[in-house]
Formats: sequence, structure tokens, C-alpha cells
Amino acid sequence: MLRRSLQLALGRDVLGRGLGTHRGGSTLDWNGKMSEIKKKIQSVLPGGAWTQLHDTSYLPPEHSDVVIVGGGVMGLSVAYWLKRLERPRGAIRVLVVERDHTYSQASTVLSVGGIRQQFSVPENIQLSLFSIDFLRNINEYLAVVDDPPLDIQFNPSGYLLLASEKGAAVLESNVRVQRQEGAKVCLMSPEQLRNKFPWINPEGVALASYGMEHEGWFDPWSLLQGLRRKVQSMGVLFCQGEVTRFVSSSSHAETPSGEEVTLKRVHEVHVKIDHSLEYQPVECAIVINAAGAWSGQIAELAGVGKGPPGTLQGTKLPVEPRKRYVYLWNCPQGPGLETPFVIDASGAYFRREGLGNNYLGGCSPTEEEEPDPENLEVDHEFFQDKVWPPLAQRVPAFESLKVRSAWAGYYDYNTFDQNGVVGPHPLVVNMYFATGFSGHGLQQAPAVGRAVAEMVLHGNFQTINLSPFLFNRFHLGEKVHEHNII
Amino acid sequence: MAAPRVPLHLMAPVWNRDTRGIHGLSKAVAPEGSRRKGRSLLQFLADHFYDVQALREYLLRKQVLKVHQKNRPFTHIKERFGPHAAGAYFILKQGGAVKFQGKEWIRPNTRGRFSLDFLTFPEVPVEAVDASGSAINYHGLDNLLALKELQSLWLRRCPHVDDWCLSRLHPLANSLQELSLAGCPRISERGLACLHHLQNLRRLDISDLPAVSNPGLTQILVEEMLPNCEVLGADWTQGLGLGPEEQSQDAASPIPA
Repeated sequence: MLRRSLQLALGRDVLGRGLGTHRGGSTLDWNGKMSEIKKKIQSVLPGGAWTQLHDTSYLPPEHSDVVIVGGGVMGLSVAYWLKRLERPRGAIRVLVVERDHTYSQASTVLSVGGIRQQFSVPENIQLSLFSIDFLRNINEYLAVVDDPPLDIQFNPSGYLLLASEKGAAVLESNVRVQRQEGAKVCLMSPEQLRNKFPWINPEGVALASYGMEHEGWFDPWSLLQGLRRKVQSMGVLFCQGEVTRFVSSSSHAETPSGEEVTLKRVHEVHVKIDHSLEYQPVECAIVINAAGAWSGQIAELAGVGKGPPGTLQGTKLPVEPRKRYVYLWNCPQGPGLETPFVIDASGAYFRREGLGNNYLGGCSPTEEEEPDPENLEVDHEFFQDKVWPPLAQRVPAFESLKVRSAWAGYYDYNTFDQNGVVGPHPLVVNMYFATGFSGHGLQQAPAVGRAVAEMVLHGNFQTINLSPFLFNRFHLGEKVHEHNII
Repeated sequence: MAAPRVPLHLMAPVWNRDTRGIHGLSKAVAPEGSRRKGRSLLQFLADHFYDVQALREYLLRKQVLKVHQKNRPFTHIKERFGPHAAGAYFILKQGGAVKFQGKEWIRPNTRGRFSLDFLTFPEVPVEAVDASGSAINYHGLDNLLALKELQSLWLRRCPHVDDWCLSRLHPLANSLQELSLAGCPRISERGLACLHHLQNLRRLDISDLPAVSNPGLTQILVEEMLPNCEVLGADWTQGLGLGPEEQSQDAASPIPA
């Protein structure tokens, strides 16, 4: 017995052999395993091939308080105001997910860049007034120490809206509303129009409204870059990727009238990286849909509109991409330096660009002629048939012009009433919208960003009351109709 | 392009548009040549510590507030003595000069003091204002726009007068006959486009505007826009290259005897 215990203590079994060895080789293969272990240790030690840490800087973080889908001017404005209004400083982690970092199809940079207060809905006028204030003091809002001041190249030349006999009464009532809100707009008769702008042919114009101050056009790319720079300095994270999935949880609730509703809450956003199958699930508390022309798709991913039509569950987000063309032409005898942004009664518009007698313009097609928004190809026939004739009739100098270039961009068109959708969804409780502005998003972006940030942080609108723009109106059928959409 | 002289190393407004996209943005901050190699200690600390960065942002905001404070409205003078006296007081406080109708120019002395005699005749309108070199900005113009019979306005070398201010001048269209904007670093041709409201303007000085991209062409376009006005500014030949006759003339110039 003593011998047995001694043998075991020395690592030999009862029969005197080494532990783990059998006659004819070991089934446990200690030798092989030892060599593998030795190889692994060698690779971990300095000089070896194994790296513990991989570069994942292209992936978004795993947790983020707010995820903003869309990195255009609207998304960046929301990010800026969230960071500016948060208390205490640094409390909220914000992630902006943008699919295309070159912004090649983004509505922001393809926009003509105008800003006006000549709307018919008072909320639109207030949004525009705040935005022009923001643009004027942009170097106070978006100042980053040690960086050059921002120059958005604003042309304060004003907007000139022309109305025929039919639209004159509407124009007059609109101007009254605008002046009440504080816009500096004046009405002009055809004679005054001819005196002020001799290059206009006032035939067919019954009344015109001219914005004297706070209206004009600017460079949207500089605004976007200024916002990006400031927002990065405030600590917002950026990710280049596409949102492909929302993981949400549902719970049931009962309305006061006894109806059962399903409330959803988004818990994770799956961000897929370009040219790869890799995706990162980002855990989030709040999702902001600022995806512009593609907001409808993002809303569908979150489950907005999945239900029987006619109910609140079945109400989709009515935002779809619509293609609009912009043409740049040169006319040596054209209107001079004082040219405002002219919007004709027929819907065609133009403005001066630079000092070299170049003009930008276009026209919104009617519902039947809507081009296919599949791509951003330009239809030059549209200029010949629909844009040039009304402009040449209004400005005789445009009879002879030469088109230099053209491009197309998307409107995030709200098919319901062509006004923006702002605020939370009633059923998907942590998704907020900031989209659907149908062509006037750029000029309202700073103010809408602030409104959405207030809604997220405080639960209600504090400065400008945008309750007419909530999602509920699609289900209730309350249209906020804007007459002055170009 | 000249930027207003602001300490804290704010550089000239040249915005580098070549780099686009997320990862290039940090490089697009300023042109390479203007970043001095020996960055000051304060800048280095601001890059590495949040507290120092917050301090610098606070100092920047204070500078802006100083300009706003200079441009505050003098409502109590306006209510008591009328808009002309309030406007005159504002200009004199800034260091400018005022001329009332039928009187001589009133200027502050070297110590900034000026006589308050003009408060005794509140009905007399202000005829001419010389606000050259003052810190007047968009908000300060409130005081000037109430002067309905202003005939001559000089805003030479004002560092905060920009295109937005020019768009505000249209209420003075009935009376303003002379306007001088020489040497203002922030005015560009986009602001000059709003001067077409001033149809009674007879003399306009737009010389030496560093932010105007093409002074000769701008001069021609402004002259076309205001046909009754004499526009002093760049010579239209400025920016054009020397022609072959002028070049050979220089080469063949006679040696002075």
C-alpha cells in the first residue's frame, strides 16, 4: 500500500507506467496538445502573429442614447440642438448614421438654397424667421475655437412671388398673415413692378409680394459643413452605414374608449456597413428619423403602418421621394444684380447665381408628369417644354439663353399635405420624425432641430408650437395645407 | 480675404472645400499654411483639456457680448427726446460724428466726451452721420433707421458691418443721398445687390472692399443697378491684364535726361 501511494505521488500509476501513457500510444495525445499550446503561447508573446485588438473604428458604438438616422442638415440640426440643450453637459450620447458620406444624393446639397418667410401657415413663417436669425448669427451658434469663421454666402436679395387674377386674393391674405408674424413683405401692383424691375413683363400679373429683408439664398454645403464641424466638436459620434433593422418590443395598452392598442419600443438599431455583410447592433433609447427622401422606408422598418388600413396602426408615413430638376443657364442680357428669387404664377422659378449673368431655375411638375424617382438623371426636354416658356414670357430677355448645366435632386415629399412631420409617433413611442418638408426643409432645419430636441428632452414644444405637424394628423385627416409650395 | 481682427487666433475665412466626407473633415479645418508650427501653450492645453477648451469658448463668447453691449438701444432717450436725439447719442457714444440740419458737426473729443446740447433741440433732424471705424453692427442699425431724414451716411472701415446690415438700409431710401462703405472687411457683392432700394442715392463709395471677389465687374453691375448714382470704387480696369501696347510702351520709355 505504501508502494502504491508512493507510485501515485511520483506520477506513475499502479502498474508502474507514467500517468497518461498507454502501451502503443496515448489516446489523449498529450504531445500534440503540448505543441499546440506552445504555438499559441508563442504567437501571443511579442513577435507573434496573433493580434488581440482589431481596428473597429468604422463600426458604430454598441450603445447610444439617441440614434439619428440621416446625416443631412435636418439630422445634424437635431444633433446640434440636442447637445446644446442637454443638461448637464455631456449627458447624452448621440450617434448620427449616414449612408453616403459624399452626400451625392442628399437633398441638402442639391438644393437651390433659398430661404423665405412667404408661407401661408403661421408655423412655417415662425420656423423660417428663427432659421434666418440662426443663419445671421451663425458664427455665434456654430463657432469652434481656432477654426475660421463660417461664410454661408448669403444673398439678401429677397423673394418675389407673382400672382395672377385667380391667386391674388390668396396672396393678399397670405401677406397679411406673414406681416402679423413679423415678416417684412410688401405688396406691389403691376406698375410698381415695372418701375422697380424693368426687365419684368407684368402682363398677366395681378399682384406681387416682395420680401424686403430676411429672405434670399445661401450655400447649403457650407451650412452642412459648419454644422458637422460644430457637432463633432460637441462630441456627437458619426457612423457611415445603413440602418437595416429595428429590434423592438411590444406591449399592449387600452385606450380610454376600451380599444386595444399595441405600443412598440425600439431597442436596437442594426447598422450595416457598406460593401460588407457586417452589421453592428446599436442599443438605443431614442431613434430620430431624419432620413429625408427615404424616411418612408425607415418608418416601415420600424413597423409604422403595419396594420389594417384606416386605423392608427395602419397609417403609413406618407413621405416619398420626388425628383426635381434644376437648370443653370447663361443669359448675357438678363436681369441685373438686383434680381430677387422670382417665383412666377405658373410655378416656374429662377434666381441669379454669381456675377456672370448665370441663373438657376426650374419648375415643379404636375402630379401627372411626376418623373420616376429611381435615379437622378436629368430630363432636358422638361426645360424646353415646361420651364423655358413661362420664364421667357415673364422675362423677355430670357428668349435667348444657353443652358450650361443641370442636376436633379429629391424632395422628401409629403403626399398628404406637403408640410413637415415633426414629433413622436403615437404607437412606436421612441421614434421621432423630422422629415417630409417637401422642398422647404433646408430653410426650416435650424428651427425644426430645436423643436425636436425640445420634444425629446422636455416632452413638449417650448419655443415654436408645432403641434399641427404631429403624426396624428395623418390618421385624423387634418390637413395643414400650405399654399406657397414651389 | 481679410477677417476682422479678433484675438484667439481666428483665421481668415478661407474654407477648404477639397476634403469631403467624415474622415477627411478633421483635415479640412484650416489651410495648412496658416497653422503656425509653434502653437501657443493655450492652444495645446485646449486640445487636451476640456476645462481649458470651455474657458476659451467662454472668452470667445465674452468678446461677442462686448460688441452686442456697444450696440444696445437707448430706449429711454428715444422715449424722452425722440428718435433723432437717440440716434445721435448712439453714434456719439460709439465714437462717430453727427451733423444736425443747420448746425455744425458734433464730434466726441479724444477722451470720448461730447456735449449734450443736441438734447435741447429734439425736433431738428439728423442730416449726416459719420460712423467710420465704429463697432456698429446689425442690431445697432436700429438706432439709425429711425432717422427718417438722413442724407449722408459714412460707414468706412466698420469691422462688423456686413451684407445683412446692407439689407436693412431700405427704410432710408427716401432721403439717403450719400453712402460710403469703403474699407469694410465683411461686405461682399451680395450685400451690394440690396442697395437698389436706395433710388435717391447720388454718391456711393465702394472702394477697397476686400471681400468682393471681382471689384471691377461689381462696379459695373452696381452702376447699371443705380443709374442716377455716381459710384466711386474700383476702376473698371482693375483686375484686367496689361495690354500689349502698354507693355511695349514701358519697354520703350525714354530715359529721363
